[in-house]
Amino acid sequence: MTTLAYLIPVALFLGGLALVAFLWALKSGQYDDLDGAAERVLLDEDDALPADPRAGRR
Amino acid sequence: MSCCAPGAEVLGTPSATLPEGEELLLASRSLGNGERQVELAVPDVHCGACIHAVETALRRVEGVTGARVNLSTRRVAVRWREGLAPPPVAAALAAIGYPPHLFEDEAGRDRTLSELLRAVAVAGFAAGNVMLLSVSVWSGAEGATRDLFHWISALIALPALVFAGRIYYRSAFNALRHGRMNMDVPIAIGVSLAYAMSLYETLTHGAHAYFDASVSLLFFLLIGRTLDHVMRDRARAAVRGLSRLMPRGAVVLAADGGRDYRPVETIEPGMRLLIAAGERIPVDARVIAGTSDLDCALVTGESRPQPVEPGAAVRAGTLNLSGPLTLEAERPASASFLAEMVRMMEAAEGGRARYRRIAERVSALYAPVVHLTAFVTFLGWMAVDGDWHKAITVAIAVLIITCPCALGLAVPIVQVVAARRLFENGVMVKDGAGLERLAEADAVVFDKTGTLTLGRPRLVGAEALAPELHAIASALAAHSRHPLSEAIAEAAPRGVATPVFETVAEHPGLGLEGRMDGRLWRLGRAAWAAPTEAAEGEDGTVLAEDGVVRARFHFADALRPGAREAVATLARTVGPVTMLSGDAEPACRAVAAALGIADVAARLMPGDKVARLAAMAAGGRKVLMVGDGLNDAPALGAAHVSMAPATAADIGRNAADFVFLRDSLAAVPVARAIARRAGRLIRQNLALAIVYNVIAVPIAILGHVTPLVAAIAMSASSLLVIGNALRLAGGPGEAAAPVAPAPRRNTLSAPVTAR
Repeated sequence: MTTLAYLIPVALFLGGLALVAFLWALKSGQYDDLDGAAERVLLDEDDALPADPRAGRR
Repeated sequence: MSCCAPGAEVLGTPSATLPEGEELLLASRSLGNGERQVELAVPDVHCGACIHAVETALRRVEGVTGARVNLSTRRVAVRWREGLAPPPVAAALAAIGYPPHLFEDEAGRDRTLSELLRAVAVAGFAAGNVMLLSVSVWSGAEGATRDLFHWISALIALPALVFAGRIYYRSAFNALRHGRMNMDVPIAIGVSLAYAMSLYETLTHGAHAYFDASVSLLFFLLIGRTLDHVMRDRARAAVRGLSRLMPRGAVVLAADGGRDYRPVETIEPGMRLLIAAGERIPVDARVIAGTSDLDCALVTGESRPQPVEPGAAVRAGTLNLSGPLTLEAERPASASFLAEMVRMMEAAEGGRARYRRIAERVSALYAPVVHLTAFVTFLGWMAVDGDWHKAITVAIAVLIITCPCALGLAVPIVQVVAARRLFENGVMVKDGAGLERLAEADAVVFDKTGTLTLGRPRLVGAEALAPELHAIASALAAHSRHPLSEAIAEAAPRGVATPVFETVAEHPGLGLEGRMDGRLWRLGRAAWAAPTEAAEGEDGTVLAEDGVVRARFHFADALRPGAREAVATLARTVGPVTMLSGDAEPACRAVAAALGIADVAARLMPGDKVARLAAMAAGGRKVLMVGDGLNDAPALGAAHVSMAPATAADIGRNAADFVFLRDSLAAVPVARAIARRAGRLIRQNLALAIVYNVIAVPIAILGHVTPLVAAIAMSASSLLVIGNALRLAGGPGEAAAPVAPAPRRNTLSAPVTAR
């Protein structure tokens, strides 16, 4: 029984962490361009990374 | 979607004019940190290499501070420092082969989608954790442990119910307030009652709590709703991404001779406008200087360009082809032809407004039946053993087991799969209801110019021309953007040396004139090119050498590829096919004869088309209207269901339920076939849901449904309808129907960089 006292909070905390991570990713626009993100991995960025055009909006 | 995915290749043609300078500024917005941003549609971006090429090219443009491509929406956001003139980004993009265009922009980012996604995430988290705790309860947890698990479940389920469930509460409340029933009413009631009852069980140390049922129900239903939304959103985004055909503004000549680019809404009667060749006319106006030809195909359906001179009245939406014009605005944009069409379209709302979706019709019956059953169950148990706690528990179990989980998923999933199937065939569906109405259609009405035909002339009888003469004509024609010139240049004979002219001049409204070896060649209107020879009133196109006719050219509007087969298939599978056109009688007869359409009406005004459709509807017909022009827009709105090509006028595309992106008309029968199969699957799924209820409800009424049974029954029925819906994705197919790759239209137009 005593194991439940910390196992359940740990399980819920980890699940909640994943939920918060997803909501954060959604909010920060990481789901806006899934096709683009898949392709950008393959690009060699010679020059500095471009500033995000959305930066000013946040 | 990768480069080679079907449907990726065409999203309409880029407009001939590139958005630059003032127009770009008008479309941009301030970011508040000293920068401006504009979003451009770049339909040709397909892969990682394209992203790199576009972003690199844009960042090299003077004044640009940042550029980012969104591959999913095929758009690029460009920023520049505020206060500077907009950098020449469109020219830079066109130069590397990605001509951009401005598009219809609506409320920016989609709030509903992110709300739905957040709700799915929260409901999923809650459903997963509550289910884990429930499994422990089912496998034998007792006493204090069971109570603890129930309490934790209640704590997890409450925020999920509030956050994810409010979408349903809101919708159910709205429906009830207007005295209607929808699917969300039984869902909202079932979920909240289940939660309330479980909470009571927990307080009284009971054995059966339905926390898992209420949250997993929400989770499944939200998935269906999100899928439905994503499908519609994707189609809308693709349609919005097509180029705007109507101008945002025009150059206004001030009294002191100054020039000022103004938005269309601020143009008032009496203002003088400068319209360059290749631009569309923004408001109804009168020509005061200049001569040119106007392409009226999109406005009136006339396939031949109309010459205009000072004094002529011109309509908003027509395209100025050959020479610059100075116009005097006669009416403001709010009273122009375009606005008139929008008003007619709203007035003509036809079967669409009266149509109720299958899911709505079912739920209007379903909800009262379910609630009545639960209530009768409650009364029955009260009568049988008088234990109100037991009676309520059983009644709520009935509500949970009948909750329209299968229904909520069955319809959207079939429609999502159908939309995917249509997308592969180059057709965008804007709404699930459109699919249901298309399956019902039993008559077809086509517009002619731009729908059955491509709306651009093609040279006929080119073989009969002497190759040398044709080569001379082609060399002259290459200097003009007039559609007839383009047709001559496109059909240029191969293997003949291209003659070189010393000088070439275009005379708007008349033709082209060039000098070669001291001889004067003219290509154009017969009365101008060879005044002495031309018969009175002769209107043909000729090539003349020093006033002597050397060759005559004849044109016909090219039929859309697949038009004949599509008309034949539709006549066989749907019903009578009619052609309604605003063009002249002979042109209509010729096209109708070539396609085998017997029922033809020519020279129709937009109002006449609507009247025809109304008459057909009054005769009990459910009409599928396919059209592209501004003049078709009211008819598209009035029809039971409507389709438009991607090249259609903006309001036509917005009015239509379906937009097909490729040139081939084969899209129409393909869409119809898919819609019918989808309709069949929806009915099957509804039947499955009913069978499930027939089996499950008696068990629930007899009081044998424990939370475990409810969880298994709900999941099983959902999986069953999803599996059935997915059959649409495979199976024999329309995909095999020959959809010829669309000939790239921009190969015909003059190089866009010329401007």
